[in-house]
Amino acid sequence: MGVDRSGDKILVGQVLEENDLVTLADLCRSCTVETKTVTTLVAEGILDPMGGDVEHWRFTVGSLKRVKTVIHLQRDLGINLAGAALALDLLDRIAELERH
Amino acid sequence: MDYKDYYKTLGVDRKATQDEIKRAYRKLARKFHPDVSKESDAEQKFKDVGEAYEVLKDPEKRVAYDQLGSNWNTQQGSRPPPGWDAGFEFQGAPRGGAGQHDFSDFFESLFGQARGPGGGNRGFHMQGEDHHAKILVDLEDSYHGVSRSISLQMPEVTADGHVVRRNRTLKVSIPKGIRQGQQIRLGGQGAKGQGSGKAGDLYLEIEFNPHRYYRVEGADVYLELPVAPWEAALGASVKVPTPSGAIGLKIPANSKAGKKLRLKGRGIPAKTPGDLYVVLQVVLPPADDEKSRELYKRMQEEIQFDPRASMEVA
Repeated sequence: MGVDRSGDKILVGQVLEENDLVTLADLCRSCTVETKTVTTLVAEGILDPMGGDVEHWRFTVGSLKRVKTVIHLQRDLGINLAGAALALDLLDRIAELERH
Repeated sequence: MDYKDYYKTLGVDRKATQDEIKRAYRKLARKFHPDVSKESDAEQKFKDVGEAYEVLKDPEKRVAYDQLGSNWNTQQGSRPPPGWDAGFEFQGAPRGGAGQHDFSDFFESLFGQARGPGGGNRGFHMQGEDHHAKILVDLEDSYHGVSRSISLQMPEVTADGHVVRRNRTLKVSIPKGIRQGQQIRLGGQGAKGQGSGKAGDLYLEIEFNPHRYYRVEGADVYLELPVAPWEAALGASVKVPTPSGAIGLKIPANSKAGKKLRLKGRGIPAKTPGDLYVVLQVVLPPADDEKSRELYKRMQEEIQFDPRASMEVA
């Protein structure tokens, strides 16, 4: 942590790459969800973990935000998982288009 | 405290049916959902709409609210009249949705305080949730590194289970070489934990502000550089802007429009530094006076040039 001229504290964080990996436990803790929720998201194709079986699953840092968005969409808009997954894909595509 | 017109918020008539209210709510909730909407005040609007629906979807609350509406006297009172809710009993906390459990003072004076998740769960320990936010930085910031103040609104659950919104300003160091898509994790800056649980982390997702000249792809930066036809044809030395300051650039003779000149290592100074690509864009001088028309005519007469030679339409 540094200090700038006005004496305010400056927070220094850790820089993560989009494809840095986290464990299933990290993901569950970060998003405050249960393992079961994550398994369902994987089954629906919303998350695509590396590593073969559940114990070796690794998720990209980008997954954290995806899990949250899906959960918020489901909870707030009363849509089912497939609908939330579709919305997420479309949001990704819009973001991609806007980058160009 | 101001009276809130929940019908107006949902854009429905006071005589709307429960179905009409539900439809209006669903539509607006999709439109203003903070994860979907691009509008700057989407979160506030989403909350207003949620609050309005919380009242109007429940026939009992709706009747009570309607009754209040006809008695609300802006001159006299900023409080509901005493005993206004006689005969109504509102039970249970509203459904906890995104920010749906921090309602306005108006709502709370009518229906009591909404309870947040985990309210009253004494002796319960859980680490706080991680939060995510986007942070916009200029491309130039990535060349030098910078510190940025960001303001965040965070819901916080107080000891007695109420949810309050708190404004926080953080100063964050944006390190040199940062790229779009990377995240900065600030440990312990997320939601407070419950009981003796640790606070969660705050993730800041980096996004570059759109730039007038530069386009960024990964760590590489692209610059479209306008050049005159003679500069492209004869070669030239020109001054070119780069995010780290202007430089002199040699344009080779016989360059074509669209030619890419690579300046190695002058992209984003990441661990593996990116490159800067200068893409030549040949700009024609306008033929809007006698002299330039004369010169174009001379080229037409003296230069053998068919730009459509490859199209076989001769």
